[in-house]
Amino acid sequence: MENLALVSGLSALAAGLLISLAALGTGIGFGLLGGKFLEGVARQPELTPILTLRMFLMAAFVDAFAAISISMGLYLFFASNPFIAAVTTVAKSTVS
Amino acid sequence: MSKHAITQGQYVQHHLEHLTFDLKTWKLGGEGFWVINLDTMVVSILIGLFIIGFLRFVARRPTSGIPGKLQNFVEIILNFVQQSVNESYHGKSKLIAPLALVIFLWVFLMNAMDLLPVDLIPRLLGFADVEHFKVLPTADPNATFAMSLSVFFLIVFYNIKVKGFHLPKEIVTKPFGPYLFPVNIIFRCIEEGVKPLSLALRLFGNMFAGELIFILIALLPWWSQWLPGSIWAIFHILVITIQAFIFMMLTVVYLSMAHDTH
Repeated sequence: MENLALVSGLSALAAGLLISLAALGTGIGFGLLGGKFLEGVARQPELTPILTLRMFLMAAFVDAFAAISISMGLYLFFASNPFIAAVTTVAKSTVS
Repeated sequence: MSKHAITQGQYVQHHLEHLTFDLKTWKLGGEGFWVINLDTMVVSILIGLFIIGFLRFVARRPTSGIPGKLQNFVEIILNFVQQSVNESYHGKSKLIAPLALVIFLWVFLMNAMDLLPVDLIPRLLGFADVEHFKVLPTADPNATFAMSLSVFFLIVFYNIKVKGFHLPKEIVTKPFGPYLFPVNIIFRCIEEGVKPLSLALRLFGNMFAGELIFILIALLPWWSQWLPGSIWAIFHILVITIQAFIFMMLTVVYLSMAHDTH
């Protein structure tokens, strides 16, 4: 039972870290990307359509792995926690 | 799963399971290597057939005068794809532009399946006693890896076809010169191997995340689903378009890299 509490607490922490670190990384990435984009547009406004396209392309690159990590975190939070399942199976086998 | 109450975890789990088909016993269900995900196959093939039929239907009746709305729509897409291909690929190839068009439309429509309500099709098929049905093909790593591996084989094919005997020389001498050839070979292997992996995982991860968030929104009480659901759906329209566009662009860029002789 203690193990179960420990593991669920730790996996809550892990899910929180997954979501928060992904958000942190994309935040920095989007800040740099958007800042550079605005700089570029301010310097050469006639390039705006090309730069917008490229910016969205890069935005998806920045976004991709954060989205994966956020979904893994949410999965741990809400759907199913494989670590808890592992702990319960171990506990069952030791009891029996 | 309307028959009895289930927990949140079970609801999410239920939505993440595929309708599988065992090729050995020729029955639904089962696990292992000889099992295909029937839902992914059916939905993606139906969408592919729809694209073929739609484009053919439009192409069969072009008007020389004022084009209809449908023809305009298709021409906008064609021009967009052609422009993007011309920007990053400068050689002559009859394959690349149609390939890019097919990838863009196919991936876009497969991603757009995500905008259907999460319970709609599983519930409808539930009346016909179909236990699981995942309607979004690109949230299945098998589908995305199938596409990215096809692109990978095309890259290898064009590397060999265009460069011929220069290819071994390029592998051995780029980027550090002939004296560091083991490092060069390892670098080349990593570079080529990462391409299909990142292509497939990017698309899969984005779509899986989007799907999961829709499922989690569906777990909210009915009166509070509208706001987060509509916000996420509007954001997701952007995501699915950009993911389809990126898959297309990267395919074109990789293939043009395979055509470039150093």
